[in-house]
Amino acid sequence: MSQGYKFSFPVKGDNFDDAGKASVEIKRFLKGLGITGDVLRRTAIAIYESEVNIISYARQGNINICVTDASILINIRDNGPGITDIEQAMKQGYSTADDHIREMGFGAGMGLFNIKNCSDDFEILSEVNRGTLLKISINR
Amino acid sequence: MNLTLLAEKLNLSVVCGGDGLDREVSGGYMGDLLSDVMANSREGDVWITCQSHQNIVAVSVLKEHVGIILVLGKKPDDDTIEKASREGIPLLVTELSGFETVGRIYNLLHP
Repeated sequence: MSQGYKFSFPVKGDNFDDAGKASVEIKRFLKGLGITGDVLRRTAIAIYESEVNIISYARQGNINICVTDASILINIRDNGPGITDIEQAMKQGYSTADDHIREMGFGAGMGLFNIKNCSDDFEILSEVNRGTLLKISINR
Repeated sequence: MNLTLLAEKLNLSVVCGGDGLDREVSGGYMGDLLSDVMANSREGDVWITCQSHQNIVAVSVLKEHVGIILVLGKKPDDDTIEKASREGIPLLVTELSGFETVGRIYNLLHP
């Protein structure tokens, strides 16, 4: 990552009670750094969806953020099962979430799609049985 | 129109977050899929849903909704009430269906 204001938040898997906690804290931090409007809105959505993905599928993960004058770079790493078919996972409505997750209103197959929609640059690197890395860039 | 007046017109019960009732309602969004609400609702909206678990609070805080209305007489979980109180998000409940709730609110906001 380039020079800039950096911070990192750990997220514990399968802990739905705290879903959104990291996102709310990160959004407050970003607001404090003077980020507002559409950039803040898109960043909050991307981070929330990433956080929910970690909770839904991984034992743990990390949200790393780097804020520069030009952009907000977000790297989300998890040690989950990885994604077998990334193209399929990107399709709106496709989800591997179980009933327990869906009952709460998660697992609609919109998460990665929403992240991509909110990003100016978006990349998924995933290895089955190892984990997933989402690289999100949002221009300021 | 603020939430106090909206609650009065629709006969909504306020569960918590009464301090935020003077906020202006600029619009509304109805949905039970959290990703849908994250993607499509707007700041200043009142969120109408039948989800009553605690995860709705973080969504509302992130989207800067003015409040949440639970329909069909859904009772919010204790954790939901606790989190909403802490975050200052008004939680309101109604016996009305989602369809009726949204219809009435729409008519009030767009007379």
